[in-house]
Amino acid sequence: MKKLRILLVGIIKENPVLVLILGTCPTLAISTQASNAIGMGLAATAVLVCSNIAISALRKVIPDNVRIPCYIVLIAGFVTLVEMVVKAYAPALDKSLGIYLPLIVVNCIILGRAEMFANKNTVVDSALDGIGMGLGFTLALFVMAAIREILGNGTFYGMEIPFLINHNISIMTLAPGGFFVYGCMIAAINKLSKGKAIKKTEFGCMGCPSAAACGKLSETKCGKESEA
Amino acid sequence: MEGIIHLDFKGIIILLMSAVFVNNYVLQKFLGICSFLGVSKKLDQATGMSLAVIFVMMLSTAVTWPIQYYLLNPHGLGYLQTIVFILVIAALVQLVEIVLKKYIPALHSAMGIYLPLITTNCAVLAVTILNVDKQYDFLASMVNALGSGLGYFLAMVMFSGVRSRMESEETPKAFEGLPILLVAASIVSVSFFGFAGVIENLFG
Repeated sequence: MKKLRILLVGIIKENPVLVLILGTCPTLAISTQASNAIGMGLAATAVLVCSNIAISALRKVIPDNVRIPCYIVLIAGFVTLVEMVVKAYAPALDKSLGIYLPLIVVNCIILGRAEMFANKNTVVDSALDGIGMGLGFTLALFVMAAIREILGNGTFYGMEIPFLINHNISIMTLAPGGFFVYGCMIAAINKLSKGKAIKKTEFGCMGCPSAAACGKLSETKCGKESEA
Repeated sequence: MEGIIHLDFKGIIILLMSAVFVNNYVLQKFLGICSFLGVSKKLDQATGMSLAVIFVMMLSTAVTWPIQYYLLNPHGLGYLQTIVFILVIAALVQLVEIVLKKYIPALHSAMGIYLPLITTNCAVLAVTILNVDKQYDFLASMVNALGSGLGYFLAMVMFSGVRSRMESEETPKAFEGLPILLVAASIVSVSFFGFAGVIENLFG
């Protein structure tokens, strides 16, 4: 039962995008089309699962002082692998993801989960956490991309929607629409959970992997949150 | 060194201007959103962070461009780009921090706290990779890095102004905190659309 909980917690209760507010950059940039969102989500999930497994397997080998550089090397290695696979087998996806594919390296979700979960838990638990978080990321990305694609393009997954195709709001697929839809989705989660889901009212850097290292900023809010 | 695009003076100016205004890293390309939302609360913090970002962007471009063209490409190691670049940036940031701490403590106390945050700032890695992707020569890469940094600076300073106004206003309960920030960012982002035609027509 505990294993199932680890898997499910990432999908809904601690959704990395909507509740933990991690990995905002790819979320906003890629969510213009549902198909891109699925591709990005799966690529990030693959990296997340691999890096979580590797990091939790090596958690007793890696010295604590140099753990962040070690994690970055591991993650960058997996990202390069995924990049090569996508380039070879899905060139169209590679083209539409563009710069955001190599940028999975600096996606806070991956380093964040390494720091928050994988270096404290067993390999199996970390793998499940990676799958859960990855699916949560994919799901949030997909919902957001669907909203933006339906309203902005009048299509869903490339299929035309009868009425909306002639009445599209094209700003939804542009940058401002991304910010707006994301803001509204977090507000909706806030409303539905009556503020329970997002306890922190300010944008916390709890998930930020460098929170411990960032001196003055951690003295105020982040320091307390990352300890808790 | 094949396939590198050389730009004339006019091209450089257009590149700089469009990097700042049209292809703004934060508001149009969604890079560096975490720090944009996290550190833009006060004007002095926003300025310190942006200056650190400009500095690190230019420094890492100056280092990664030669690595790509003189070390990786001649040996057929182009696929190692992501790993090498992120490590170089991480090492550079550490180095800069140590040097600043030792020799210029005043600057370190002003800028130093933002440096560790920058390693995982996607804007820095993105600018180095994009410079190689777009095949800019060294000068154009540096100009692009400067422009991207200045664009980040502009977005941060503008947004910290917007935030200081917002703080005294009451927002609906569900929108408190992050959601209203994102909605505000969306409106600031709309304002940048106005620049698109201006830059093209001014120099085109």
